[in-house]
Amino acid sequence: MTSEPGNEPDRRRFLLSSLSGAGTAWITLNWPAVMAAAEHAAQAAKAAVPPQLEALTAEQAAAVEAIAARIIPTDDSPGAREAGVIYFIDRALTTFATESLADYQKGLPVFEAKTRELFPSVQRFSEAAPEQQDAVLKALDEQPFFELVRSHTVMGFLSDPMRGGNRDGVGWKLIGFDSSPAFTPPFGYYDRDYRGWQPPPKQEGKT
Amino acid sequence: MPPQVAYKPSHKVDFVIVGSGSAGGVLAKELSTAGFSVVVLEQGPYIPPSSFGHDEIAQSQEHALTNKPDLSPQTFRKTPQDKAQKQFSAIYGRCVGGGSVHFTANYWRFHEIDFIERSHRGPVAGTAFADWPITYTDMEPYYTKVEWEVGVSGLAGASPFDPYRSKPYPIPPLPVKSSGVIFERAAWKMGWHPFPAPMAILSQPYRGRAGCIYCGRCLGFGCEVGAKSSSLASMIPLAQQTGRCEIRTESYAFKVETDHHGRATGVAYFDRQRRQHFQKARAVILSANGAETPRLLLLSASSRFPDGLANSSGFVGKYLMVNGFSTVLATFDEPLNEYKGAAVGRVLHDFYEIDPKLGFYGGGGLDARFGQTPMGYAVNSVPTEVPRWGTAYKRWLAESFSHSMFVSSHATSLPVEANSFSLDPDLKDAWGLPALCMTYKDHPDDLKTVKYLQDRALELLAVSRASKVWVRPIREQTHAVHLLGTCRMGNDPKLSVVNADHRTHDVPNLFLCDGSSFVTSGRGQPTMTIQALAFRAADRIGAAARRGEV
Repeated sequence: MTSEPGNEPDRRRFLLSSLSGAGTAWITLNWPAVMAAAEHAAQAAKAAVPPQLEALTAEQAAAVEAIAARIIPTDDSPGAREAGVIYFIDRALTTFATESLADYQKGLPVFEAKTRELFPSVQRFSEAAPEQQDAVLKALDEQPFFELVRSHTVMGFLSDPMRGGNRDGVGWKLIGFDSSPAFTPPFGYYDRDYRGWQPPPKQEGKT
Repeated sequence: MPPQVAYKPSHKVDFVIVGSGSAGGVLAKELSTAGFSVVVLEQGPYIPPSSFGHDEIAQSQEHALTNKPDLSPQTFRKTPQDKAQKQFSAIYGRCVGGGSVHFTANYWRFHEIDFIERSHRGPVAGTAFADWPITYTDMEPYYTKVEWEVGVSGLAGASPFDPYRSKPYPIPPLPVKSSGVIFERAAWKMGWHPFPAPMAILSQPYRGRAGCIYCGRCLGFGCEVGAKSSSLASMIPLAQQTGRCEIRTESYAFKVETDHHGRATGVAYFDRQRRQHFQKARAVILSANGAETPRLLLLSASSRFPDGLANSSGFVGKYLMVNGFSTVLATFDEPLNEYKGAAVGRVLHDFYEIDPKLGFYGGGGLDARFGQTPMGYAVNSVPTEVPRWGTAYKRWLAESFSHSMFVSSHATSLPVEANSFSLDPDLKDAWGLPALCMTYKDHPDDLKTVKYLQDRALELLAVSRASKVWVRPIREQTHAVHLLGTCRMGNDPKLSVVNADHRTHDVPNLFLCDGSSFVTSGRGQPTMTIQALAFRAADRIGAAARRGEV
């Protein structure tokens, strides 16, 4: 579903077809600027980030990744783990969410403690079985820290890949989002056969 | 930044305008075109439109286009009796173009009734419900001016409830989306009157600007091709081209100074390096939005004006209205792909005035919309019935994002004195100035109104082909993007802050023009009316200046 940016002929055809009469002169003058602008986001998306940890320790990262993998599990399609959500989160904690690092440092030990409380034989949350991990999450999912990790996980799954997560657009593919910089109508199933707005049908409406 | 004139702060310009948004942009363009020298002080940076991207993190987490919680923290409380807690409640644009850069661009006109409701409906207990000192007839030429000069797409005559208009829209409506078709067909079945949404987004090239490319990034994002009719795309370039208007960015106004006659002499501001400057001017216009305009007046208190500038009425910051909102999410069997194209496609105004016999005051519009991006939808739009994590959550995401739409209501808010913006007594911003405090509790009628409208949305969806409908519970509002009524307009200096020409009752050469001027809230979608007011204010202020009365 996700189309590759740089699909030049389609966008060109669309942009030209959306113009008529005086507009054609306009596009001739402004074509380079329009194309440059429309492709800006697509170009930015190509700036991939090398996966490395800066904010979290390897142990913390393993716990966060395990939590994220229960929030958006891997089943017949990729989940948070395959999307590289952990790298998004780690990078977030050194950029726009630096103030949240303390919450992770305080919150992760609570997950570990709850794991040992519920499953004394398990040493670490990241080593627990998925069903055990779900039980720990259920016990803690009303906590503000869980909501923080949930938000960060979802962000990392679905934000622009240039932010470190959503690798290969797996999140976008799951939800059916096409990241092309421009579209052309019809957009969906129900507007395919639309014939334009018409005045009200004959029966006079109640007002 | 495009080339423009540069004035020294010591140069006494004709007008200094605080804010370059919906109102400030129009005033800057109109007054500079009329021959006046103008300096616009804009708190935020100039962001070249070609650099606007689709990155949700920049937009929602880094606040690239809006006010920033770390620099400008806020507090919130429900009533004046509560201790306000730190909470970021009022969101506004903080860049050249202001909120018009990131808005959704809904541009219906207010109706005749919006200006004269108090006379028609009588008083409403617990409110300062009042008529405006101007009527729709005064405003009509300026609504037309907005449509033609700023650029609005729409279809005149499509709604039987629309007020009189002197000209059609300059360009046709945007192409319909699946949500619009579903909404339209269901509304006809109900006997209601759906019409193409008037949008400040160009459906085709217009006045040297590009038409929409349907990228879907309107709400929350800047338009990289300039098809969204923000002040940045439509007004600011024209102001700069006059050679008489300087847009001075990263200039944070903190005080309007007055002389011993009680006249404004100019505006003190911080530059990017937080150095203080003073821009001299013959007259001062505040278009800083419904939060920052009253805050600046309160910050400008002096021995002559101990309760804040232009505040002899005590009304500065009070009667905040944010517009009621309710919504229903509906999922369909086939894909709608609502993330493409403009956010809103169809509107209906059959409930603009709800029957008073129901026992409450109010009214509003319903629309078909989405306006969601993947991340924002997945974080914030989860229905209460859906698990927030795990396999079921993932399945809901996969099945609903491309197959869903919202039917939303946009409604009246009543003017209640306790609802306000004020200066927080404790919290300071990054410049050491008192932070903004928001106090807000919906009037009971406002909550009944949005509930009534949500019930109509459910009726509409019941006759559509929706496979599943999710009601978002109605809650008291604790956040605001429509910042209205906080320096209300009126003829009586005891009951209002500005007169019908936007001149403050107390300071003869100080004018306020933005959402703060509203007397009543309309039914949402206030920016069209803010801009019509600004075009009208520019006419009135310019004429007064030419008569030597400023």
